[in-house]
Amino acid sequence: MSAPQAGTPSYIGRRMPRAEDTRLLTGRGVFVDDIALPGMLHVAFARSPIARGRIRSIDTSAARELPGVHAVLTARDLARFNIDLISFFLVSPSIRIPPLAEDRVLYVGDPVAMIIAQDRYLAEDAAGLVTVDYEEEDPVVTIADARRGSLVHAGSESNVAAASGAEEPDEDLEALLTSAPCLVRHTIRHQRIAQSPMETRGVVVAAHGESELTVYISCQSPQMAARYLSMAFGIPQTGIRVISKDVGGSFGLKVQPWREEIAVVAAGRLLARPLKWIEDRHENLSASNLAREQEIALRIAFDEAGSILGSHVDYDLNNGAYPHGPDSNLAAMMFFWAAHRMPAFGFRARGWYTNTPGLGAYRGPWAIESLARETALDIAARRLGIDPIELRRRNLITKADQPLTTPLGIRLEDITPAECLDLLLQKVDVPAFRAEQAAARAEGRYLGLGITTYIEPTAGSAGISVLSTDVAQLRIEPTGKVSAVLSTHSQGHGTQTTMAQVIAERLGVAFEDVTVYEDDSSRGGFGAGASGSRQAVAGGGASIKAADLLVDKVRRIAAHLLGADPAHVRIQSGRIHVDGAGEKTCSLRELAEIAYGEPERLPAGMEAGLEAQYRYRPPPVTFTSAAHACIVEVDPDTGFVKIRRWVCSEDCGVMINPAVVEGQIAGGVAQAIGTVLLEEAGFDARGNPIAVTYKDYLLPAISDVPDFEYVHASTPSQAEGGFRGVGEGGCIIGPPTLVNAIADALSPFGELAPLELPLTPARILEVIEKRPLSGASPASSPQAGQPSPPSVPHSPPPPVEKPTGTRPTIDGLWKMVLATPMGLQQFTARLAANADLLTGTLQSEMGSQDFTGTIEGNALRWDLKVSKPMPLTLKYDVRIEGDRLTGKVKMGLFGTAKLTGERVPE
Amino acid sequence: MSQHNIQVTVNGRLHTATVEGRLTLSDFLRVEAGYTGVHIGCEHGVCGACTVIVDGQAVRSCLMLAVQADGSSITTVEGLTAPDGTLHPVQQALRDEHALQCGFCTPGVVMTLAALTSGASKPAARTLLDALSGHVCRCTGYQGIRRAAIKLAGEPGAKK
Repeated sequence: MSAPQAGTPSYIGRRMPRAEDTRLLTGRGVFVDDIALPGMLHVAFARSPIARGRIRSIDTSAARELPGVHAVLTARDLARFNIDLISFFLVSPSIRIPPLAEDRVLYVGDPVAMIIAQDRYLAEDAAGLVTVDYEEEDPVVTIADARRGSLVHAGSESNVAAASGAEEPDEDLEALLTSAPCLVRHTIRHQRIAQSPMETRGVVVAAHGESELTVYISCQSPQMAARYLSMAFGIPQTGIRVISKDVGGSFGLKVQPWREEIAVVAAGRLLARPLKWIEDRHENLSASNLAREQEIALRIAFDEAGSILGSHVDYDLNNGAYPHGPDSNLAAMMFFWAAHRMPAFGFRARGWYTNTPGLGAYRGPWAIESLARETALDIAARRLGIDPIELRRRNLITKADQPLTTPLGIRLEDITPAECLDLLLQKVDVPAFRAEQAAARAEGRYLGLGITTYIEPTAGSAGISVLSTDVAQLRIEPTGKVSAVLSTHSQGHGTQTTMAQVIAERLGVAFEDVTVYEDDSSRGGFGAGASGSRQAVAGGGASIKAADLLVDKVRRIAAHLLGADPAHVRIQSGRIHVDGAGEKTCSLRELAEIAYGEPERLPAGMEAGLEAQYRYRPPPVTFTSAAHACIVEVDPDTGFVKIRRWVCSEDCGVMINPAVVEGQIAGGVAQAIGTVLLEEAGFDARGNPIAVTYKDYLLPAISDVPDFEYVHASTPSQAEGGFRGVGEGGCIIGPPTLVNAIADALSPFGELAPLELPLTPARILEVIEKRPLSGASPASSPQAGQPSPPSVPHSPPPPVEKPTGTRPTIDGLWKMVLATPMGLQQFTARLAANADLLTGTLQSEMGSQDFTGTIEGNALRWDLKVSKPMPLTLKYDVRIEGDRLTGKVKMGLFGTAKLTGERVPE
Repeated sequence: MSQHNIQVTVNGRLHTATVEGRLTLSDFLRVEAGYTGVHIGCEHGVCGACTVIVDGQAVRSCLMLAVQADGSSITTVEGLTAPDGTLHPVQQALRDEHALQCGFCTPGVVMTLAALTSGASKPAARTLLDALSGHVCRCTGYQGIRRAAIKLAGEPGAKK
């Protein structure tokens, strides 16, 4: 019954023109700044000009007196809402994140006051009249600063925002690495990147009384935004209508409403007037959450034949002051060697708080794993004298090796990087290129070829509660037309087109007769929208399942009305046919009119109407694989890189719309070109942003991006429909492909080591001319003449809690909540004390597990071995106070999570 | 702030307004005249999203003041489509070539190509591509935009 409707034109796999394009090409799209409401006022922020300091006083009187200004609000005015921002995973971080700065500012651009005025011009005038008296302190700007400097967040134990991996070196791994026949070391300093959607952030809010809001916002998911606002303001989600019709790109920036948007919503409730805030580009480049600033030191040990023996990664990520979620980039470590045979791997990863804008998501947040691995493999190939393609073949996991579970617990069943590489090499004649390269070198021209492979986890749902399910609500209306309300959301993804293709094919109706709605949170149900390359898999799967429910109902109704066997009923181009009985036919419209309007004609007991809903849970993870090749020419006189060719061989499963797939790949690769050659959101030693316009923050133009060529492998996935995600891949595999091509071109001169991005012409000339030309970048290296290290001392470590003399009551049932970085996990445990011995049983979704531990006063400690998502020992360290319990759980490589709990009355 | 009376023809309709001297043409077109297809991406003349046609020339409306447009005739992206909804050849080419994703930069790209292809003889592909280097698109990697430009050029097939 679930097979596509035979005889209907197939829409899946076709380059359908997009349903979105007509309105966008004619100026009739609706972006947040296109919304105007009666009585609407405009918001501008007064922001900190210093990276770090205490606010002594704020004088808003001059701003308030400016004609046209309605209000000037500071943190004090918003205090009644008691807002503390939470992460994308809806977890509270250990630091407080207020919408407006309270007593301290933590980065240049930290919002201190908001001005509400008649128009935007007046609001900005008034913002300039807010006078703040600061007691300035030396900022912590770089990762190096964070290591040695004063605490960014007073009261925290250190500047470490998040940590994973092993703190202490593994002696066996160290011995293996140091004694290996070939040990390759590779260091990368990655600049900060501004996601740079062409539409900045923005919000329009209209409060209706105390418990209802309408919010227009540029976001990645109206559903997610509504859920987030509901939690921030304690209003039922049903009372919050989030509308986001067209969004001008996001790339991770708009994954959740953040400080400014939340402040505007709070102010809208406070003033009971519609408010609008549209971020300007200066704010966007200097004060919104940015991404990627990181350092990595990678070691790989090889035997003489080029087989990998082991590897270790030391990794640091600048989290800024207020990250969207404290992050040590565990995903990068998990997937670093997932597609390779890797006998021994260890890592230490840390995220650091600094006095810079917070860390935000950016397309493929874990992309450093591909950049570091693939560039290091090419260095190794040169060192070992093995062809880089051959080196990859010797270490990649192939189809024949699967299924298997990697040492880090990742289940691989159908990854195809080696097969993508084979397909790539059918398009790229490597021997011919090597001959051309040699001839060019003889003429003093430097050509280079970079070839890379990768796998990408898409539509990950396991263990991440906000990403676990998506919903499709389908309705064949009484007219016979189909409307679909989905929890997908497009910021350029074209899901109004691709989801309609899936639904039309599945239902057996014309593409033009399916309209997809995903712009209004009040229409549908929760789903996370765009995030983690998930929409084809999660939204497509939900659409298929809901369509199949409808097809089933249509068949049963048609069989009843026409006197046929449901198995013989077909829907073709919006008409009902019965196999072998040509006279038995009716239109979908006639059937729908009966289904809604004449329920007495339906089979006995059947619910009226033609509506179906399905909430789909995709597989835990769906892998996409790819291999890319890039050919460049580097001008040895100017250091300028010309990209001559770029070939993308990728396997994103069944393609719904190849034009959309190629658009996603191309956009990602173009962003990769920007990352490698152009873009840098840097800071000076005082934490001042130094690229705050597009004259300083250089984005790729049409002249920087070549024509891309594509090869599609299309191995169906195990998800419904066989789809795989494709949104982020180009931005992940693109950077190492281009770096490898440049490094290959420059190999006669030496290695690009350490690799420091972006590879500006000056940096490339350093390799060619073997002398420093660019100077160290201010954000990544200490400089002479810098202020002395910050003088604010570390806060003293919290006193070690001594076990109290009287033992509290331990025995009984406890409800516990573990705040993991991926979301809250709830479970219960029955505890029993026997002298200093603790016994217990933990009951969770995964089942029941017994444990024993120790008791010292009110301190309880126990270990629990789990097998999912990977073999791991969880170390519980808990204090009981009366009927409450608090503590920490060390989760091996996953870092430490906070545990809270309370006694369940029995 | 100084106030100025201006008369501007936008998409064939005469608009009269009293504007502050500092009001940008882009804000005038969006807020006063209601043409929200004019998109503001950077407000400093780099991204090109706000491009409109002023007296035949493609102009960045964020870098021009409304008072400077007094007496001029302006076309925005809303003014290109035929009354029956038929797309302008530039819009059609961009649609056929999947040249947009989020669509935010699109009106500016449309207006530059429309301004350059409005004459009797079509410009060379090189001319169009050079002009497009003043437009930032963060979504598409310019693949479809380049194909559309080459299609619209006077010498099809000639590229780079």
